[in-house]
Amino acid sequence: MKRFLIPLGIFIVLVGFLGIGLKLDPREVPSPLIGKPAPDFKLGVLSDPAKQLSPADLRGKVWLFNVWASWCASCRQEHEVLLDLSKQGGVPIYGMDYKDQPGDAQAVLNRYGNPYVETVVDLDGRVGINYGVYGVPETYLIDKNGIIRYKHTGPVTRESLDKKILPLVKELQQ
Amino acid sequence: MRPWMIVLALWLPFSVMADEAKPVAADPVLEQRMIKLSEDLRCLVCQNESLAGSRADLAQDLRQEIREQMSAGKSDKEVIDYLTQRYGDFVLYNPPVKPLTWLLWFGPFALLTGAVGGLYAYIKRRGNRPVDEPLSEEEKKRVAALLGNNGNKS
Repeated sequence: MKRFLIPLGIFIVLVGFLGIGLKLDPREVPSPLIGKPAPDFKLGVLSDPAKQLSPADLRGKVWLFNVWASWCASCRQEHEVLLDLSKQGGVPIYGMDYKDQPGDAQAVLNRYGNPYVETVVDLDGRVGINYGVYGVPETYLIDKNGIIRYKHTGPVTRESLDKKILPLVKELQQ
Repeated sequence: MRPWMIVLALWLPFSVMADEAKPVAADPVLEQRMIKLSEDLRCLVCQNESLAGSRADLAQDLRQEIREQMSAGKSDKEVIDYLTQRYGDFVLYNPPVKPLTWLLWFGPFALLTGAVGGLYAYIKRRGNRPVDEPLSEEEKKRVAALLGNNGNKS
């Protein structure tokens, strides 16, 4: 009897490991930037290229920084969720149009609505590299002192908002 | 077929032959250094490809970034630090040895040691088992009975 228990035990442990492996998302790369100051930039704003925005302007606010592009299909998925969030007004969303034609980006906002307070334009993707962007959309939660507190890779869903992002926003706004 | 047609057919492929691909950077030595470094780096978009081999947009941008940093005189280590600060150790195909990666680095050796230990113990235990003990009188009789003769010829 004992002879069969050992391979069975090994099998169960193996299944356990494989099960955990199935649940993990290989696209979810932990960001080394969490807990670090948000990388600085000074970029033109989509609606008014003469105007520039930098993270320093947003000191004292808790804000979401959403990296998106008009060519990014899964950005359309989260668009609705972001619109709802901006209507609720709990936390300001700033967008960054990543490696895109500003005209195309503006067309998307005109057509589907604009959830962003402002959208900055990162034409060559340099700022994106500084933020460790590797797959759009990505969303960063930045606190009052300009520290990145959380990063969400992939489209923001209602579930991820309710479970992770909004509770953290509330905590940081205190 | 006329001879001039054959000549034309033979000549045709040469007329459309492509040029050799030119290295992107003006400096081939720097390009070599960049490729050598980026072979050990992971492309984050197609995770099973190296940064050197990937055609993903981000990989091209990062190669350009490495190229520029190298031509600005940065060392390989500085370039790697630059990338790990942004993308984490995940970009390295050759992860550093630190408490978090101990399992990764030493796990296989621990497994091997365990397996060799287990095998050794198993063989040792089996070796102690009495195998060559002769049959007792009682057993010999049973064998004879089972084989169906009277047991004198064994």
